[in-house]
Amino acid sequence: MTIPVFYYLILSAVVFLTGLVGVLIRRNIIIILLSVELMLNATNINFVAFSQYFHNVAGQVFVFFALTIAAAEVAVGLAIIIALHRAKSSINVDEFQLLKW
Amino acid sequence: MTDLLIKLIPVFPLLAVIANGLFGRYLWSHDWAHRLAWGSVGLSFLCTIGVVADVLRTGTAHEVIAYQWIFGGDLTINLAYLVDPLTCVWLLVVTGVGFLIHVYSVGYMHGEDGFTRFFTYMNLFMVSMLLLVMGNNYAVLFIGWEGVGLCSYLLIGYYYDKVSAAKAASKAFVVNRIGDAGFLLAIFLVFINFKTLDYTKVFAQVGQLSPDMATAIALCLLVGAVGKSAQLPLHTWLPDAMEGPTPVSALIHAATMVTAGVYMVVRNHAIFDLSPVAMETVAIVGGCTALFAATIGLVQTDIKRVLAYSTVSQLGYMFLGCGIGAYTAAVFHVMTHAFFKALLFLSAGSVIHALSGEQDIRKMGGLSKKIPWTYRLFLIGTVAIAGIPPLAGFWSKDEIMGHAFVHHHYVFYGLAALGAFLTSFYMFRLTYLTFYGPSRMDHHTEEHVHESPMVMVGPLMALGLLSLVGGFLGFPPEHGWLHQFLAPVAGVGGEHEVGTGLVLTLMMIATGIALLGWGLAHYLYSMNPAAPDRWAAKAQGIYNTLLNKYYVDELYDVLVVEPTKKLGLALDWFDRVVIDGIVRAVGTMAELGAAGSTWAEKHVIYGGLNIIGYGNHLLAKQWRQLQSGMVHHYAAIIIAGLFLLAVVIQLIVQR
Amino acid sequence: MTSYGADLLVILPELIVVGAACLLLVLEPLTPPSRKELLAWLSLGALALCIGLTGGQISVLNLRVSAFSDLVVVDGYARFWKLLLYGVTGLTILMSLPYLKAERLQLGEYYGFILLALSGMMVMVSGADLLTIYLGTELMSLSLYVMAGLKRSSPRSLEASAKYFVLGAFSSGLLLYGISLLYGVAGGTKLGAVAAAIGSRGFDDPLLLIATILLAAGFGFKLAVVPFHMWTPDVYQGAPTSVTAFMAVASKAASFAAFLRVFVEGLGGLKADWSNLFLLLCLVTLILGNLVAIVQTNIKRMLAYSSIAHAGYALIGLVAAGRGMGESGGASGLASVMLYLALYAFMTLGAFAVIGMFRKGGLEGEDIEDFAGLAKRQPLAAFLMLVFMVSLAGIPPTAGFIGKFYVFMAAVEAGLAWLAVVALIFAAISAYYYMRVVMVMYMREPDPSAGEVPQLVASPALTVVLACAVAGVILFGLFPNPLVSLALQSVLPLK
Repeated sequence: MTIPVFYYLILSAVVFLTGLVGVLIRRNIIIILLSVELMLNATNINFVAFSQYFHNVAGQVFVFFALTIAAAEVAVGLAIIIALHRAKSSINVDEFQLLKW
Repeated sequence: MTDLLIKLIPVFPLLAVIANGLFGRYLWSHDWAHRLAWGSVGLSFLCTIGVVADVLRTGTAHEVIAYQWIFGGDLTINLAYLVDPLTCVWLLVVTGVGFLIHVYSVGYMHGEDGFTRFFTYMNLFMVSMLLLVMGNNYAVLFIGWEGVGLCSYLLIGYYYDKVSAAKAASKAFVVNRIGDAGFLLAIFLVFINFKTLDYTKVFAQVGQLSPDMATAIALCLLVGAVGKSAQLPLHTWLPDAMEGPTPVSALIHAATMVTAGVYMVVRNHAIFDLSPVAMETVAIVGGCTALFAATIGLVQTDIKRVLAYSTVSQLGYMFLGCGIGAYTAAVFHVMTHAFFKALLFLSAGSVIHALSGEQDIRKMGGLSKKIPWTYRLFLIGTVAIAGIPPLAGFWSKDEIMGHAFVHHHYVFYGLAALGAFLTSFYMFRLTYLTFYGPSRMDHHTEEHVHESPMVMVGPLMALGLLSLVGGFLGFPPEHGWLHQFLAPVAGVGGEHEVGTGLVLTLMMIATGIALLGWGLAHYLYSMNPAAPDRWAAKAQGIYNTLLNKYYVDELYDVLVVEPTKKLGLALDWFDRVVIDGIVRAVGTMAELGAAGSTWAEKHVIYGGLNIIGYGNHLLAKQWRQLQSGMVHHYAAIIIAGLFLLAVVIQLIVQR
Repeated sequence: MTSYGADLLVILPELIVVGAACLLLVLEPLTPPSRKELLAWLSLGALALCIGLTGGQISVLNLRVSAFSDLVVVDGYARFWKLLLYGVTGLTILMSLPYLKAERLQLGEYYGFILLALSGMMVMVSGADLLTIYLGTELMSLSLYVMAGLKRSSPRSLEASAKYFVLGAFSSGLLLYGISLLYGVAGGTKLGAVAAAIGSRGFDDPLLLIATILLAAGFGFKLAVVPFHMWTPDVYQGAPTSVTAFMAVASKAASFAAFLRVFVEGLGGLKADWSNLFLLLCLVTLILGNLVAIVQTNIKRMLAYSSIAHAGYALIGLVAAGRGMGESGGASGLASVMLYLALYAFMTLGAFAVIGMFRKGGLEGEDIEDFAGLAKRQPLAAFLMLVFMVSLAGIPPTAGFIGKFYVFMAAVEAGLAWLAVVALIFAAISAYYYMRVVMVMYMREPDPSAGEVPQLVASPALTVVLACAVAGVILFGLFPNPLVSLALQSVLPLK
């Protein structure tokens, strides 16, 4: 018995929305980073599901690259967060308000 | 050969701009800077004479492509020149009068800071103005149009240390942008309708234009012309533009740039002719401006501002001429006006120069003995603008008025006649106050009064001569040399065979009107010097109510603050101003009109501009609030934008 | 099996840039702090090599070479953008030399990041597969995140970096989700496969609709198109000025290149629908960008809004291309976008170069008021700024006018005359805030109480940058034809 691709789509949409809402409502920049990771992983679910559905590997290849990029993104992100924490002793995005208007 | 000369005309001033602009400050002295400046304009003038002689001999227009700028696709835009009789007239005026004014500037600007900068801007202006009148398509016209606007802006703000000069410059810039927007829209409409911007191709196909489209294009063009030529309701920048040095006022704000609107209307007369509505509008704008500005001119006390309002008023005559189809007369008036108005401004500059910068005519008087040459030349200018034969102004103004009468535009004739009376009056008032009567100068100034040097008086004499005899180019009326020259381009105004008797009668009436204005001025300011004050004293209440800005401002405050009181006060105001005004004296009517116009200018026009500006500001402020600096607000806006897009696309798709 | 040697040859410029970047990162610790400029010269050398390689192929402009089973493609379109990017990067590096010295930011890895970002951009413009385009985008963005925060002593720079990173990662999440849905619709990620699968289907398929909108949002973020523009002013203001210039010009150009390719080559079948979508975005972008710019007092923020507005003008060309595709109008629409961004590069780089080296004591003079009286103190600097502002405002005879002119013409040809008129009105409004800078420079005296008067600190490298920029602005304003015909020849093949 195969699970219809539609189910995967629902799953990925739920994960994606979770991540999206996380970005919108969380204040801790690390949690925001994690939420972005959720969004990226939702994408990976899609790719894998479609890859299975179409019986072609393009989607799975894409997943590898997406994972790598996500890792790189986290690395850069954490570096920025550390620098920021040194300067401001805070990683709360509400306090980033030097630049506005 | 002629083609080469045509190409060379704008090149000389351009070279001078580059040389003076880039190196003038470092490599050579002021002497070489001004020699380059007037020399280049002089060379352009010589080329112009060569070109005009050729056009006269062969009677054909020249089309020259100097440089292919943009091509590909549907559109090609070339730096192309068209030299036909219309362009010839403007070329002669621009380079000729421009040359004289450049020479004059050498004396006038002597020792000023930024001498080189001044001549760089002036030459840049010459380049732009030449492009404007020589262009063979709307793109070149527009480039010249923007260029002269830019130079005008730079030169008004020449004394940028002065707050008023900087303000006047930005006002000119803003007001001109409104006009430019209309002009650009017109160019777009032309392109959409004809798929080309070349004059020749456009005017060849102009017959295919629907009347509505012709009206739309003509009205948009008119908006542009109104902005550039300082017509109602965009006239406000020109009087303020007098903050620039006097040669600038003479060259840009009297003789050449402000007539660009007239040039544009005449150049596009094929489009205007298709639309009676647009023609009517042109005539109304011109007629109203002619009278309106003349009334303001009555009460001004700054010598240059009087001349500025008279420029606005004379430009009104030119528009009136265009509006009633008297294109040749309008061009004729442009030409004579360039002569006598440049003369007036430059002699005013000479007066100001003599008085070490004093511009208030209440502090002048009795100058005729001290600066005799300036006095004589100013008088020539005054007689010319007042329309007293046989000087230049008479022939052209009379022709516009005569055309209005003969073609049954009696209302316009009335407006023009009344304006002519006022013109004559305020110009002689100016002359009397400046040159006759007792001296009202302070002692210190009086000691230093001196005639200007030859380099300034020389150009004045040339202009004086032109003001004396320039009118005969259009003599006899309707059949003069100028009319025949311009006939191929300006179209022949409806061939009415007019009896010599009527022409003579009209001329006599016009002369009579001018003399009447002179007489009144003579009575008020020479025979009976106490009379003006007495008249003003009689109308003290009105004078205060209308001229006292504070009172009107207060009234406005009250209008806003207390609605009940507002009504009462307004009625009171109406009672005192209008009813009393009519009852009291006819003589004060003119002052009332003048002050009323000033009031309208201050409150209605600026108010409107301010509201636009303020509204914009408010809107932008609202948007700024969104830019909170908070990351999750930004993300939320992205998401909101996404949803909005999805909804909109759904709507579009479903439709 | 294809021969990998041939494939590698196709991406030789990318390899050179990446190799140079790696070399720089290795050499960085080995160079003494006083000699960091050597690294800049090294990267310029690499760029010169690339210009030679890509420029040498200009004669075979329309030759289309693809490599790695169609993952990347080098065609006239890619070459046009690459040349532009090399030029922009080279000028940015030159501009950075004095800037970094003045900011005491002598970091050798700076140049490494610039080259890495460049290589990302090159992959973007050459990408023929959503995968490579995504990879390129991320490589560019990751480098830019770091570069925005390079001024580690400045909280503003760090904050800009963090904001850019969070929002950038978020938007690339949206982009990637869109790509995954597109894969679900098309069954492949190659642009050709996507185009074939879509045929001429409209937005009946909700997946396709969502995918398109997500892609538009993802790219819209990089292009700074309203409503995805919110990061722009904050990041432009906070980042080091040379980085801002690089972002405003190179990253925008590369994003536009990839954006056009995805929507024209991949989603061309939906042009009727996406042209409406972008019409909407373009309108709000024009309105908001121009209006908000008016009230700005910081010149970098003002230029940020102006860059938003310029993205709006460029979008007009894409809308026109969408409307007129299949006819000649489409080509002129796309070419007008390419031309617009190429010309925009000169004036924006020039303006940022002036701002970056406009120093007040040890700091940058960033407020528009700081420019008061510049015309008297440094007439040449004021004149250069005047030229850039006039060009940004689109006043002839500068390059800015030519760019706007072709975009508007494309709109008119596509039957969108009203859009051209609206854009024209906003161009007129934009003159207000550009001319305000000019007015401040020429008509106002500096506030005597302000203390130190800002000065443009000249240096040979800066002179070269400014000379190139002003020459580009004026020469392409007067002689646009070579560039126009180059853009028209290298435009994407349209279906």
